[in-house]
Amino acid sequence: MSKYAFETKNVKKYYNGDKVKALDGVTLKAEHGKVLALLGPNGAGKTTIVRMLSTLLAPTSGTVKVMGMDVVAEAHDVREIIGLAGQYAAVDEFLTGRENIQMSGRLYHLPKAEVKKRTETILARLNLTEAADRQVKTYSGGMRRRLDLGASLVGNPKILFLDEPTTGLDPRTRQELWHIIQDLVDEGTTVLLTTQYMDEADELADHIAVIDRGKLIAEGTSDELKTHLGGDVVEFALDKESDVKEALKAVAKLSKQKPTVDEDGLTITVPVKNGSKGLLNVVEELNKVKISPASLSLHRPSLDDVFLALTGKKAVSAVKPEEKKKGRK
Amino acid sequence: MATSVIKRAYFQVNDTVVITKRNLFRYIRLPQLVVFSSIQPIMFLVLFNFVFGGAIGASSGVPGGKYINFLLPGILAQTMMFGGLQTGIGLAEDMGKGIIDRFRSLPMSRGAVMAGRTFSDLIRNVTVAGIMLTVGTILGFRFQNGFINAVGMVLILLFFAFSISWIAAFMGLSVGDAETAQIAGFLMIFPLTFASAAFVPIATMPGWLQVFARNQPVTHVVLAARELAIGIPSGGAIWKSIVWTIGILAVFIPLAIHRYRSSAK
Repeated sequence: MSKYAFETKNVKKYYNGDKVKALDGVTLKAEHGKVLALLGPNGAGKTTIVRMLSTLLAPTSGTVKVMGMDVVAEAHDVREIIGLAGQYAAVDEFLTGRENIQMSGRLYHLPKAEVKKRTETILARLNLTEAADRQVKTYSGGMRRRLDLGASLVGNPKILFLDEPTTGLDPRTRQELWHIIQDLVDEGTTVLLTTQYMDEADELADHIAVIDRGKLIAEGTSDELKTHLGGDVVEFALDKESDVKEALKAVAKLSKQKPTVDEDGLTITVPVKNGSKGLLNVVEELNKVKISPASLSLHRPSLDDVFLALTGKKAVSAVKPEEKKKGRK
Repeated sequence: MATSVIKRAYFQVNDTVVITKRNLFRYIRLPQLVVFSSIQPIMFLVLFNFVFGGAIGASSGVPGGKYINFLLPGILAQTMMFGGLQTGIGLAEDMGKGIIDRFRSLPMSRGAVMAGRTFSDLIRNVTVAGIMLTVGTILGFRFQNGFINAVGMVLILLFFAFSISWIAAFMGLSVGDAETAQIAGFLMIFPLTFASAAFVPIATMPGWLQVFARNQPVTHVVLAARELAIGIPSGGAIWKSIVWTIGILAVFIPLAIHRYRSSAK
């Protein structure tokens, strides 16, 4: 068996000569039976990596291997052992749920009886048995995602590529999918997961690679990434926006990394070296400029904080109601 | 080696059948689509027959001046070509929905997605031919040249429409958007069918247009169909249309497959 489940070596993808660098030299290694999360904002290059690993896209340079096989030269063999579930539920609206999974199974060239057996198992596992005979156009967004995942499972893939599997789903449906993914991993499947959600990476991933603008900017376990940020985080909220500027100035000298202001314009985050001392320092500095915070807390940095510190962008941390789309129609 | 060739051939057939079925399901589950997509050609047939029949009938060179006998092979050719366009629209739609990506990530045979699409549109065209011939017969159309030649007419039109399917497949995968694919297809088919022998005798066109009309494939196909249906000698149009059809397939099957395999930008 190959040393890694899949790996990329200094892989690049350029468009228009070298004007657009979708990927600019990314090296990744995934261990067998583990979950690797690719974390990054929209347009970071996550989907490009997934498309290369799933043989849909050839790199401009560098190598991409799955189970030791080159995704360009040995594309057909790679396809035998992978499963892909994309950002958009790629299921046929006019077929029933059962027919969709069976079609996928027939295209993996499994014997008919085997296709039938596996389809029923998958439907039960994904809690779709009841809806199995309904046309997919009647399915909800969450059901489509589950079915899409199901269609990629029928070939018993050793490696599963999930491109933002829970984007746009409500929290309960996300949890459901997480459980299913976790079960698959427990059974030995290697998973590559791309996500914009910190909590998703935190929940599922053994190893996290943060990418931004086509480059790998950090990797490690969730804990390693948090430690990398150094120490703890003091977070405080103000009552008036007019105080924000002064407060930022006051606490700026307390840490090497710049304090950041949250989207609400009132919450300030300060990375500090040593927890309680840092907290006291913040209080002291705020006192000096006569600002009293509305709330104040000290916590271990979340992946959100790590992401913010690394990319300067706030990660998506929750699903807003207006984002609940039913996949792409 | 021999077994692997047999295996690959089996997979090719298996995959093509799976995709063909999948595409046909859409029509079975959406009968209103079949009904409405049949209404348009029937409407054309009725309108052309009664609007142009009086003006062209006598000059069409058809025995007895029966315009319907002149018109039907032509309008059937046009309708089936439009049927062939569906291939491009369907593929572009699947591409937009990510279904093509799913197929490309599976260990499928090369070309099965497009073969399945073109076959299902071929089967649909058989249905369309049946409907058009029925309505044509009600309007007075009669085959004049025996049963075998009548079957030959239908086959030659189906075969040609099948080659149009492959052009449409290439276009659909190139534009990657269903609406654009449809417009691009119309832009190709309207000049080809109207500047041909499909609806009027070519001799009535201006000289420069006659040069184009006499030498383009749709004219050969229509003249061939007319010879087989009502026995008007075409001067070798049957062979010319078969050669054109094979030529189009020889060029566009590889082009479409290449486009499919590199459809990721």
